[in-house]
Amino acid sequence: MEINKRNIRQWSRLGTRGVFGQAILAVAPEHSNLMVMSADLGSSSGLERFRKAFPKQFLNAGIAEQNMIGVASGLAKEGFNVFATSFSPFITMRACEQVRMNMGYMEMNIKTVAIGSGIGMGFLGNSHFGIEDVAVMRAIPNITIVNPADCSEVVKVVEAAVNFNGPMYIRLTGTANCPIVYSEDYTFEIGKAITLREGSDLTIITCGPMVHESLQASELLAELGINATVINMHTIKPLDQKILIDIMAKKQPVITIEEHSIIGGLGSAIAEYMAPLKERVRHLSIGLPDAFITTGEYRYMIEQQGLDAISLSKKIQQFLKS
Amino acid sequence: MKYPKVAEIARFMRRKILEISYHSGTSTHIGGALSMTDAMAVLYGHVMNFDADNPRWAERDRFILSKGHGVLGYYPALLAAGFITEKKFTTFQQNGSDLIAHPVMNLDLGIESSNGSLGHGISMAVGIAYSAKITGKEFKTYTLVGDGETNEGSVWEAVMLASHLQLDNLTVVVDYNGMQNDGLGKDVLEINNMSERFKAFGWNVIDVDGHDIDALVAAFERKSEHKPKVIVAHTTKGKGVSFMENDNSWHHNRLTKNNFEAAIAGLEA
Repeated sequence: MEINKRNIRQWSRLGTRGVFGQAILAVAPEHSNLMVMSADLGSSSGLERFRKAFPKQFLNAGIAEQNMIGVASGLAKEGFNVFATSFSPFITMRACEQVRMNMGYMEMNIKTVAIGSGIGMGFLGNSHFGIEDVAVMRAIPNITIVNPADCSEVVKVVEAAVNFNGPMYIRLTGTANCPIVYSEDYTFEIGKAITLREGSDLTIITCGPMVHESLQASELLAELGINATVINMHTIKPLDQKILIDIMAKKQPVITIEEHSIIGGLGSAIAEYMAPLKERVRHLSIGLPDAFITTGEYRYMIEQQGLDAISLSKKIQQFLKS
Repeated sequence: MKYPKVAEIARFMRRKILEISYHSGTSTHIGGALSMTDAMAVLYGHVMNFDADNPRWAERDRFILSKGHGVLGYYPALLAAGFITEKKFTTFQQNGSDLIAHPVMNLDLGIESSNGSLGHGISMAVGIAYSAKITGKEFKTYTLVGDGETNEGSVWEAVMLASHLQLDNLTVVVDYNGMQNDGLGKDVLEINNMSERFKAFGWNVIDVDGHDIDALVAAFERKSEHKPKVIVAHTTKGKGVSFMENDNSWHHNRLTKNNFEAAIAGLEA
């Protein structure tokens, strides 16, 4: 799909799940072994057009996520490139042990796609939030984990994933009217982090919807003379070791920011990376608390949880002073 | 008896079950292996289409051991069929071996999937059977499920989808020995109407004496159209070893020298 101004604006309005539906539709003609599965959330996952255009390559498992992953495994075993979709808790935790056996242990070529992870489901509440999904998926061997920063990156991830042979968890976050991080085409590679901003005082490592928020926070910090590097660590597992070596060499504080529990996500992955280093830098891990949060509109919750740009810049200032 | 060769394979398998169990020096899942033996002998000795010299042959029939702890009833079938050598077979439960207490996927040894957690294999079998349907492949898919395993809700998710997709190229065998880890199925979680359950889910159901080889062959050979088929094999846990039959202490147990020798003597009697 062409990444141009018009598409970027249109995708942003649609949000990540709608764009996932468009992107998977766009790659289908060149991938006759593609199979898209849903657990009775096809229409909610932007897959209606796909289902109509490629009925033989769409399989609804019904409201049965465990079986969906097992069936996906049988299809993958026979050469299908399977994308299995559902809401985050259902595809990562309801079906967790099927994911472990089929994607982890047997390394089947299955991509699980979480629709509306993080707290993007708003008033649907904690039952539908993906706040521990990265922690759970990260603990299972062999699974690549990707969390695109905006809708253009969803397109990039789908295009990369369809050519990627192996198990992957694609974490779609944010809502409709998703902020734009990439205003023009760019090079994307799974496992290769992207430096979006260079600064000399600290490094922010972030992913998903927090990329845009971190860039805004960096602008606020810049007004105070604090200059942040911002890294889009879209691939949470495996971490981009090369960029981490460069970041550590700067000997500046590291701030991780994620729309996920502070337990087990990107912040934990970075902390685990840094712990054995001889020369460590200070690390502030910002994310959602270890709690089921009070529910409301997406922006309300982001502000309540201190994940908006203003709160982030304040937290970072405090950390630098402490 | 119409299939003496299959009966001979079943006898061979039972002897091998006892041998590797005894030589492992550990507790193994013996009882449920002996209950599934005849169905496995029929599958690998008569029903299934494969080439042990070319284990990855694309047209081979697929078998998934959903009841993953039934390896003692599986590896001897692979040995009899020529997928694994006697030398490989005797590595069972040695450090670093390919052959442990649950199957580890290894296509070159004829092992199609990794199992061990119950209620998974049948889902994979549904996926494989569906792939054959939509790509027009002729091979058949078989899976063996324990009756205790049907306690798992995911089994019934798979059962629903298989009938919805009209997978008449899929055959499930239920090893209906009436026992599970904690004792009689009826005491743990009532499953006395196994056939009715599958019928209600839209399957073709064949009830059969799971130790009657002729009846098993007939059940496998019966055509099913537009519906998946389940063979509810009524079996005896520990079948063939008199002191193990219907004694659930042999669900997972260790053979001493004395009872190994007694068991072998009993088989050959």
